[in-house]
Amino acid sequence: MRIDSPAALDRYCEEVKEKKAKYPYRVSVCGGTGCQAFNCLEVYEALVESIKENDLEEEVELKLTGCHGFCEMGPLMYFQPMGTFYAKVDPKDVNDIVVATILQEGEVDKYLYRDPVSGEKIHHREEIPFYKKQVRLLLGLNHLIRPQVIDDYIALDGYKALAKVLFEMTPEEVIEAVERAGLRGRGGAGFPTARKWRICREAPSPDGIKYIICNADEGDPGAYMDRSLLEGNPHAVIEGMAIGAYAIGACEGYVYVRHEYPLALRNLLVALDQAREMNLLGKDIMGSGFDFDIKVAVGGGAFVCGEETALIASIEGKRGMPRPRPPYPAVKGLWGRPTNINNVETWENVPLIIRMGPEKFAEIGTENSKGTKIFSLVGKINNTGLVEVPMGITLREIIYDIGGGIPGNKAFKAVQTGGPSGGCIPAEHLDIQVDFESLQGIGSMMGSGGMIVMDENTCMVDIAKYFMKFLCEESCGKCVPCRVGTKRMLEILTKICDGEGTPEDLEALEVLAADIKAASLCALGGTAPNPVLTTLRYFRHEYEEHIYNKKCPAGVCPALITIKIDPEKCNGCGACAKVCPVNAISGEKKQPHVVDPELCIRCKVCMDRCRQEAIYAE
Amino acid sequence: MEAENCHCTQRFAPVDDLRPLEEIVEKYRGDRSAVISIFHELHETYGYLDEKIMEELARRAGYQLSQLYGLATFYTQFRLEPVGEHIIKICHGTACHVRNAQGLIDEAERTLGIRPGQTSPDRKFTLETVNCVGTCALAPVVVVDGKYHGRMTPSKMQKLLKQYTEKGGTGEDED
Repeated sequence: MRIDSPAALDRYCEEVKEKKAKYPYRVSVCGGTGCQAFNCLEVYEALVESIKENDLEEEVELKLTGCHGFCEMGPLMYFQPMGTFYAKVDPKDVNDIVVATILQEGEVDKYLYRDPVSGEKIHHREEIPFYKKQVRLLLGLNHLIRPQVIDDYIALDGYKALAKVLFEMTPEEVIEAVERAGLRGRGGAGFPTARKWRICREAPSPDGIKYIICNADEGDPGAYMDRSLLEGNPHAVIEGMAIGAYAIGACEGYVYVRHEYPLALRNLLVALDQAREMNLLGKDIMGSGFDFDIKVAVGGGAFVCGEETALIASIEGKRGMPRPRPPYPAVKGLWGRPTNINNVETWENVPLIIRMGPEKFAEIGTENSKGTKIFSLVGKINNTGLVEVPMGITLREIIYDIGGGIPGNKAFKAVQTGGPSGGCIPAEHLDIQVDFESLQGIGSMMGSGGMIVMDENTCMVDIAKYFMKFLCEESCGKCVPCRVGTKRMLEILTKICDGEGTPEDLEALEVLAADIKAASLCALGGTAPNPVLTTLRYFRHEYEEHIYNKKCPAGVCPALITIKIDPEKCNGCGACAKVCPVNAISGEKKQPHVVDPELCIRCKVCMDRCRQEAIYAE
Repeated sequence: MEAENCHCTQRFAPVDDLRPLEEIVEKYRGDRSAVISIFHELHETYGYLDEKIMEELARRAGYQLSQLYGLATFYTQFRLEPVGEHIIKICHGTACHVRNAQGLIDEAERTLGIRPGQTSPDRKFTLETVNCVGTCALAPVVVVDGKYHGRMTPSKMQKLLKQYTEKGGTGEDED
């Protein structure tokens, strides 16, 4: 089916909607990478089988979709129109679930989500605290879309924003709409998207060629929202890029995607083919006379390629090393032509803005940060998953209301945002609003949206060391402040964790941090000291404990802890002695055991083996 | 999971079979920017970027050998040595780190006697750490030959590795 006009798209959309309306029920199984690791594919296979067996093929629309967000509870099943939501589904019970929910119009108690506090059953997905406070403008579409079926996207008025833009708006009007919406880049620094587009639109190109790029090289460890968007709803990225290309005057686009995201890559390639086949991409899109196509470039695994100039070098087939700016990519980018780069989440917001209207979009969020932001809420948190929240929500609401707080009644210590370029935020700032400026004001940043929660058992010096090691390894090596500076900082942090820190070390860290920030060529170096600076600012006492008292208060740094067995709790089962790799544990059967501190290598294998929780680090 | 299939050595073409290389070079002929894509395909075909393959690629596609090595060593995805029978990937993303991924790495190093990035002398194991596999709900995660093992602890790691080291098993029967 080729779409040759907006009217043809409308007609096709109506046809698809009619077809879907014939099914009284819809069952959606999350097939995101997270749930696949929980064997959700078996759940889906069992579902297909069960629908066949119960002769429900005409009644139920089945969907294996992208990420539903609630990764903690996978595999997930969602029944509509009932709204019934099942968590941690075992494939062998799928038939019972289908029979009970559809044929008997009831529920399967066992798989209903229970409120962790009250233990009460929650019948409908939208009543689950994890979902209740979210505003899921982007992620909310995922459960309706089979990523490799373009009709699912078209049924949600997909590509109508592109049709509107191509036939009813001038490029400048598109940029103005994005400006009125107040959209800012979701990839890191929050640069106003419309301003970036305008610079690129106005930049002269020697031969008229301009490029746009979608950065899908999500490099922050602990962030996976871009993958889930691209994996679950690739057509929204394509539509967003086509709109952006029209606004800027670009004829070719690239999606730079991580090689580690094979599912996202496959879904994107299928989606591109489908869009081309239907004339929604390629020459003379929908008969508008506008040409635009998208190529895919696969990354090689380098964090620095999140930096625009490094990413461009990588697409050109070179080492992904940044170059000094200006000239900015908007003026001189890919192969020397004006180039605009936005990340996946930014591109997916574009068709949304056109569809809902910029004014309506701008009603969400704060004065300077509009719309929603997706965070990957991970670490020491009860409800791990992807959450989409309106800008301006507080950290406390995200962590406690949506995230369900810290597991095991442990105390909250910090939340890390902004990836390796961001910072650790302590409890005293839990009530700040989440927006670009507020996070920067307390030394962190929005970044691409990683949100890693840490509890009392997380050592903040160790965390600083972890990020510094990451950055030291990922530094491309081009400029000295970053290449050598991160190495020196890592050495000092390692020394402190090993119990050999001296009071001068803290000062040295601060001096180095200032120099690296001031003199690095790109943002990787420019922000590299942030994790150290924020932990020094908010958790200086932990550094001091390591240095002056040779103690790791969180019980993490091996050189500064002793493993002990509480004789009151130990029942002498001997499990610990059996797993100890260095035979450091001894004791009579059924008598309290002891650890020989001379032999002990503090690997903690015994600690997680002990069922009595008798072993502790001090 | 389907994302990554079996990594056993039989899957790969022997490095003295240059036909696949030729096909890949032909496929990308004329596209000077395609080196990273070529590497990915060579990697999938041969399992790693062998010296001989690199030399042939330089000769046939007109690259400087130094340029190729410059790229292959810059990007973390590419290996210059053949992998072992089993690939053990320990996720060391931030979420895994705060849930003690370091303990898993230490345990693997102790049991296998190799460090991340290395392959055991008997070519049985390759140990790797990865920045983030994006399944943070399962943290800490270990991926053995493409199979995900979530919510790991050092003692579970010990048990998991034992299945491979002692019985030469497949890791299917762990809890």
